[in-house]
Amino acid sequence: MAIEHHDFDVLVLGSGGSGLRAAVAAAEAGAKTGLVCKSLLGKAHTVMAEGGLAASLGNVDPRDNWETHFQDTMFGGKYLNNWRMAELHAKEAPDRARELEHWGAVFDRTPDRKMSQRAFGGHTYKRLVHIGDRTGLEMIRTMQDKAVHSDIDIFMETTITRLIKDGDRVVGCFGYRRASGEQISFSSKALVVATGGSGRIYKITSNSQDCTGDGYALAYEAGAELVDMEFIQFHPTGMVYPPGVAGLLVTEAVRGEGGILRNALGERFMEKYDPKRMELSTRDVVARSIYTEVKEGRGTPHGGAYLDVSHLDSDYVRRKLPSMYDQFLELAGVDITKEPMQVGPTCHYFMGGIKVDPDTGETRVPGLYATGEASGGMNGANRLGGNSLGDLLVFGRRAGIGAAADANKLSAVALPAEELTAAQGEVDTYLNGSGTENPFQMHKDLQKIMGDGAGIFRDKEGLTEAISLLESLESRVDKLKSPSPRLEYNPGWQLCREVKNMLTVSLMIARGALMREESRGGHSRLDFTAYSDYWAENNIVVHSKGGYDMQLTPTPVFKRDELSELVEARKESEKAS
Amino acid sequence: MTTVAPSPRRLGATMRRDKWWVQPVAIVTALTLFGIYSIVRIVLSKYYAITAGGAHLQSPFFSPDLPGIFSFKEFRPWAVLVLWAPLGMRSTCYYYRKSYYRSFFLAPPSCAVAGVARRKYTGETRFPFVLNNLHRFFFYAAALVVVFLWIDTVRGFFYHGDFGIGLGNVIMLVNVVCLSGFTFGCNSWRHIIGGKMNCFDCSAVARTRHKAWQKVSILNGKHMQWAWISMFTVGLTDLYIWLVSSGAFHDPHHVF
Amino acid sequence: MSETMAAGGTRTLQIWRGDLTSGQLVDYTLETEPGMVVLDAVLEIQRSQAPDLAVRWNCKAAKCGSCSAEVNGKPRLMCKTRLDHLPADEPITVEPMRAFPIIQDLVTDVSWNYEVNKKIIPFTPREDLPEGDYLIDQADTDRMSEFRKCIECFMCQDVCHILRDQRMHNKYYGPRFMVRLASLDMHPLDGIDRIDQIADEAGIGLCNITKCCTEVCPEGIHITDNAIIPLKERVVDARHDPILKIFKRNNTRPGKKKPEASA
Repeated sequence: MAIEHHDFDVLVLGSGGSGLRAAVAAAEAGAKTGLVCKSLLGKAHTVMAEGGLAASLGNVDPRDNWETHFQDTMFGGKYLNNWRMAELHAKEAPDRARELEHWGAVFDRTPDRKMSQRAFGGHTYKRLVHIGDRTGLEMIRTMQDKAVHSDIDIFMETTITRLIKDGDRVVGCFGYRRASGEQISFSSKALVVATGGSGRIYKITSNSQDCTGDGYALAYEAGAELVDMEFIQFHPTGMVYPPGVAGLLVTEAVRGEGGILRNALGERFMEKYDPKRMELSTRDVVARSIYTEVKEGRGTPHGGAYLDVSHLDSDYVRRKLPSMYDQFLELAGVDITKEPMQVGPTCHYFMGGIKVDPDTGETRVPGLYATGEASGGMNGANRLGGNSLGDLLVFGRRAGIGAAADANKLSAVALPAEELTAAQGEVDTYLNGSGTENPFQMHKDLQKIMGDGAGIFRDKEGLTEAISLLESLESRVDKLKSPSPRLEYNPGWQLCREVKNMLTVSLMIARGALMREESRGGHSRLDFTAYSDYWAENNIVVHSKGGYDMQLTPTPVFKRDELSELVEARKESEKAS
Repeated sequence: MTTVAPSPRRLGATMRRDKWWVQPVAIVTALTLFGIYSIVRIVLSKYYAITAGGAHLQSPFFSPDLPGIFSFKEFRPWAVLVLWAPLGMRSTCYYYRKSYYRSFFLAPPSCAVAGVARRKYTGETRFPFVLNNLHRFFFYAAALVVVFLWIDTVRGFFYHGDFGIGLGNVIMLVNVVCLSGFTFGCNSWRHIIGGKMNCFDCSAVARTRHKAWQKVSILNGKHMQWAWISMFTVGLTDLYIWLVSSGAFHDPHHVF
Repeated sequence: MSETMAAGGTRTLQIWRGDLTSGQLVDYTLETEPGMVVLDAVLEIQRSQAPDLAVRWNCKAAKCGSCSAEVNGKPRLMCKTRLDHLPADEPITVEPMRAFPIIQDLVTDVSWNYEVNKKIIPFTPREDLPEGDYLIDQADTDRMSEFRKCIECFMCQDVCHILRDQRMHNKYYGPRFMVRLASLDMHPLDGIDRIDQIADEAGIGLCNITKCCTEVCPEGIHITDNAIIPLKERVVDARHDPILKIFKRNNTRPGKKKPEASA
């Protein structure tokens, strides 16, 4: 049966910030470029980024420079970052911010009419370019408009279920259009995975429903390596009430603008955990602090901490945090200019991801590139707020350029027929096979396993249990079947492959977390609470040994001699204080 | 594009449960009554000033007093020489346009309620509605009338040259404040004063115009409220002067 | 805090089920939790009663604009509409947007909007800009920023009677793109004169400013007063005002150039 087919030089999967930036860069480099998004264009999870884009422009604080930004990023990442990525990011983010403005983005201004910058956790100086509390939306809309006028073919509401290889090389992919259920295949000389994270493996998450780790799993299946998967950022402030919105993000800008955290006794508890940075400590520290307060019985009625901005001028709060004001008023019936919010940790970001070459975004699989949250290394053990929007611009562009350069070297690629048939068979099985497993139920089961055993605090016993429960899902995943055989916009069909992807991702996380016997950044072990010297120097890299069988390898951190001085200086100054 | 709507599309079709028809009915009633009253007064063209006791309270329907200023013999209906300006401003006003397109022309009767199926909808691209684009000229004329109304109001506080306060001149003051609030909250005025600029900070003049634009924007934000309040005050002020000048009762006042 | 939040209870939702050819409202009854929004209820029905119920949603935080539908007859974001804010003694109807073709159940084909967006020339810097950082004042930023809050839920397009009742999708861009054109035309550094597009292709003259778009906007953008009416006034400046015509040799505006024909 003939199916819809398209040929591209560069195909980008994912239309969030990194995907759009990669596609624009590839098109500018002369590649015939396609962009596939699982949802409608402009709905990607990037729209939810609120606080800002970290770039050492020095508009507000002229002392700022790339070196300090690099040091902050390394310190925030507990020195597990890929040094080269942190360097490139710190150096290039200012140009990427200016470039966005040249494409029509509108950011808040300083009195001398330059881009304004705000303070954020872990950043030494006021560094985050922003517009109110909807910076991600501004970026997505700007790049979306840039992309639709850049001669890029865009495929909306198209789900990709498999990457297709010819020998060692990724030469395309296969999936279906959600609206019609019609199958579609793409051949591409280079393919960029920009599919974001996988927050939906947890019940309490700030992530969009699209964040099901598709790119991690597809790349894993294609033979790529992934790095740092055990590090997951739990954002300290998510809504805890009402139940329907639990996990919904409360932007760090609330604390950046002067919000104060208190426990049920009215104590400003951050004094105990990080007296120097207080509320603006790094996210891992604040999240663990809130979690600890609640666990020790000092939580609010709905099991969180109070976050208070009522001491600030109410007009200022409404102007600087308009969507937070609306969000609490509409959904929780709380006027944040008068009452405190109740907040608790929520799964927010995956530091880990597909292991790439820092300069080009290339994975170890020929023809396969990755960028944004889907790639790993830039953020180490913990990401600073504002570094993700910079990350997706800097490395989105680099991956687009890298992929286009690679594509230009090739003549044509073709999809091997047997690979295509296998991919078709898989999606058909979810629809018409003899399976009996309900994807909605299995998703719920998986979320429970991850929340119970591999959440914000972990230990050997819990992780071992979680892994064995996840392994018991492996055989059930093959029996997944959509409750309805309808082709058109069938949510159960969609979820089948997503659950499979999430299982793969969950296994990587739990196995990595069990192996890393220390606490660092977004990985906290109750049975190994201290830093370990060995793990301070090693990332965990994982790749497939076939199916869900994984090879986990501790691998030394990627360093650069010319940056040693900066890193050592920061380590010294931290010791001194 | 092909579309199948979930339910029949006859006039008034909607899944709304609220009483959406109350507003259009109220607007039709109020505007019709005001229209009838205005026609009656224009045709009548008399009893428009209170002059007893050295007062001079001029009705806002008949200001400026053209027969007095240009010394011509008043004829019926001379008031049209004045009233075209404020009535023209109201009938081309962006707020009134909304209310009559909805309530009289049912396009649409209310949000998410099906309107009249037309062979060809042309909006404001054809005669007569294309003339609504000349709103700004009615604004200029109406603003001039408001200046005369302020002069009338100040004059209304003097009886044979002595300052005095009465029910009549206080009503006139309230009315002229409301009419000013309506007139100077006009969307066209908001555009002309500063909205047409694309850089609010490029010169000292631009900065001044930006401040003025912000002030007009505040008035404009309540343009609908000003429109209704001022329509009632202008009608009531005229009615009061009509009744007093026709001898129905006296205007209570105190001269200092 | 709002400890007084209404308790859940049993509610009935009447959800439109069907496709382009046929469909009807189907009743679903479920137990609700305090603070539940319409989308929570729809997803719970999808999980437990109607696994093939098609609904488009992403962020569930009123930031992506995916879950637009008509709740009790009015366009609403399902994720932002609390059940306890709707009349408790009657069923809640949930229907797809009417201005667009239905794909399945609550999901409509909104691709027309993306086609319209392609016709709008993106921001193009003026040719007379000095080197170096862009300098823009906060006052200008504030005005544009209101328009750029748009999350493209397309509910303004849905409620606009020109699209909804008159079906003039080929003559009128709709409120969302008036907002977009306003944000570009008012950008202090944009170098394109967009008046011809606004007046002709976008069809601003068709708008009769009945303000339903403003009423339904979940971002509270004053679509009519701050975008459409100012654009209408700009068209008046360029095309209708006889006095301005006398004083202007042509209709170009400082710093702005007519777009090239090919664009």
